[in-house]
Amino acid sequence: MRFYEYESRRIVERAGIPVTDYGFCTTAAEARAAAERIGGETVVKSQVLTGGRMKAGGVKFASSPDEAAEHAAEILELEIGGHMPVGVLVDPKADVTQEYYAAVLWDGRAKRPMMLFSDMGGIDIEQVASEHPDHVGRGHLSNLHPIHDFKAKETVSRCGMTGSELNRATMILARLARLQRDYDMTLAEINPVARLGDGSFVALDAHMEMEDEAVGRHKQMLEEIGVDLSEPRELYEPSDFERNVKAIDAADHRGVIQGKDHGFSGNLGLVIGAGGGSLTLTDAVRSQGGKPANYAEIGGNPSVAKSKGLAMEVLRKEGVEKIAVMMSIVSNTRVDIVARGVIKACLELGKDPAETIAVFRIPGAWEEEGAKILDKYGIESGDRSVSMWEAAGTAVSKIQGAGDGG
Amino acid sequence: MSILLSEDFTFIVQGITGREAVNLTRECLDYGSKVVGGVTPGRKGREVHGVPVWDTVEQAVEHHGAPIDGAVVTVPPAFTKDAVMEAIENEIKLIVVVTERIPRRDVAEMVELANERGARIIGPNCLGLIVPGVCKMGGIGGPAKDAAKAYVAGSVGVMSRSGGMTTEISSTLTAAGLGVSTAVSIGGDAIIGSTYAELMPYFEEDSLTEAIVIYTEPGGRMEAELTEWREDVGSRLPIVAFMAGRFMDDEEMQGMSFGHAGTIVEGKEDSATEKIARLEAAGIPVVERIDEIPDAVKAKL
Repeated sequence: MRFYEYESRRIVERAGIPVTDYGFCTTAAEARAAAERIGGETVVKSQVLTGGRMKAGGVKFASSPDEAAEHAAEILELEIGGHMPVGVLVDPKADVTQEYYAAVLWDGRAKRPMMLFSDMGGIDIEQVASEHPDHVGRGHLSNLHPIHDFKAKETVSRCGMTGSELNRATMILARLARLQRDYDMTLAEINPVARLGDGSFVALDAHMEMEDEAVGRHKQMLEEIGVDLSEPRELYEPSDFERNVKAIDAADHRGVIQGKDHGFSGNLGLVIGAGGGSLTLTDAVRSQGGKPANYAEIGGNPSVAKSKGLAMEVLRKEGVEKIAVMMSIVSNTRVDIVARGVIKACLELGKDPAETIAVFRIPGAWEEEGAKILDKYGIESGDRSVSMWEAAGTAVSKIQGAGDGG
Repeated sequence: MSILLSEDFTFIVQGITGREAVNLTRECLDYGSKVVGGVTPGRKGREVHGVPVWDTVEQAVEHHGAPIDGAVVTVPPAFTKDAVMEAIENEIKLIVVVTERIPRRDVAEMVELANERGARIIGPNCLGLIVPGVCKMGGIGGPAKDAAKAYVAGSVGVMSRSGGMTTEISSTLTAAGLGVSTAVSIGGDAIIGSTYAELMPYFEEDSLTEAIVIYTEPGGRMEAELTEWREDVGSRLPIVAFMAGRFMDDEEMQGMSFGHAGTIVEGKEDSATEKIARLEAAGIPVVERIDEIPDAVKAKL
């Protein structure tokens, strides 16, 4: 789960990491009031979940509260990367002496969180790591033991820092590490951490991402920082197809179906599974010149209604001429039930199953019963002796032989 | 020979009274596996297909009268960490975690404790492992008769991030007359108990295993770890890889997530193209089709 900048700011603040005064505003009048309270020059930043705000004109500097209000009015109306902002953040233009970088993220290979600290903040950390590796301190944390301050101190010192800066930075990194653990963040990043004219350290910008699987156990914190869990935070707006498949899946607890069509625009509908099988089959269709209309996953022994539901949604997609029903060998999902479901979908849409189902390749549990039903309707089917690649190839050649030639 | 399991291997099922766990227990018993107990808190005194149910792992061990070798954990995500910790504290050395959607922090905690105590975790989000004709631990391959059809004893070790594809690949190896020594569904999550490189030493020592097949997907750095391990030890075992999810490299797919939780492409190094290049540079052929795997293996033997 991704957070808006103002939410990340609140999370960091709650963890005891100093931040500058700021205001989250949804109107120009609120932005004026925030700028007045903060005093001096301010920055007005669009609150959207996409990058490239600066380039798109979503970040503007203001020398007076009136100017901050003007910028806010513009930015609140400005769409960035297909997203309208949920508000603006008004920040002081801080008196920065030096910028640093602090982050805690998972190291999948070590299976532990890793702290990163650099005295070259404000810029892309990957660039710093490759060009100035001695300016990036790293340190792993145990998953079982408490997070001791000295671990953060070691990490900060590894980028060559000492003096009072070392002690102040240590405090920030240690608190960031506890925050990452306490709130299941896959990424907890402050860039930049700034040393101000008076020597104090503050977080100027923060980027937090919480693991989706853990959102349920942090509801209280999320509520306290004002996160609305009913509001979707997808990278893109779900399509009708995606929404409908999700609704069909939610309506029945038996089995799991998923459908995606963002980025797909072909004519061959895919009713495929399971997880790894879907990836393999999508590749097999594309590698043989086929154009999938969607991506799908079936698994966990879905009911006839659920299998039918997915097949109908795929068949209703614009431009879909045929569907391929394919899975890797199944042990839990029943072949005959999926067969019944997809045939029913064809019949209810007034289509001939033998024409519409380019190929049916699901070997495994109840395959003999499945084969009987498929034969009855004259549908081309294959058992495990037909490879996934061959089944995909059959579907591609049939659709290329039909209609406009794909 | 085989890795991790043997004819006398004993295990319990934690969460045994759940719907899926009941099926899994039946399948394992039918296959000839020694399921010596089950645990569901509050259900002590029941039986599942003749297997006694206990409230605690401690009770199961006490009743068995000897150390228990393994545990299959299939409890809801919120209780999984606790169940695994309980197994480890009761001296169980091989733990298969079936449960999906466990937060990474929980997985990392259990893996670290397992490492400290000399236990091994397979999964989470996996179907377990199987030694054809000897022992099946978990839902891998499904009902005993289906598992017998897809898995025949042979010379190839299989490790796969996808449970279903473990069976598809093994079935292909079986049909080609190569057969399978041990097949492990390692799980598709970003952090797992046992990676390819961590299981390789077992296969290396197994006299029956002559080659390895891995199934992989975009996301993570497990292939880099594997190729480095192989070079470090000068492994005797040839490896053939299959990479699914090549289509995710397309520009219009960037930032989207498909398949397993681990299949979220975070950077160029995690992409299918990058991984294929790295594997091939290390002398590990990456085939494009599952049905090309047997010939690729034979060419290396």
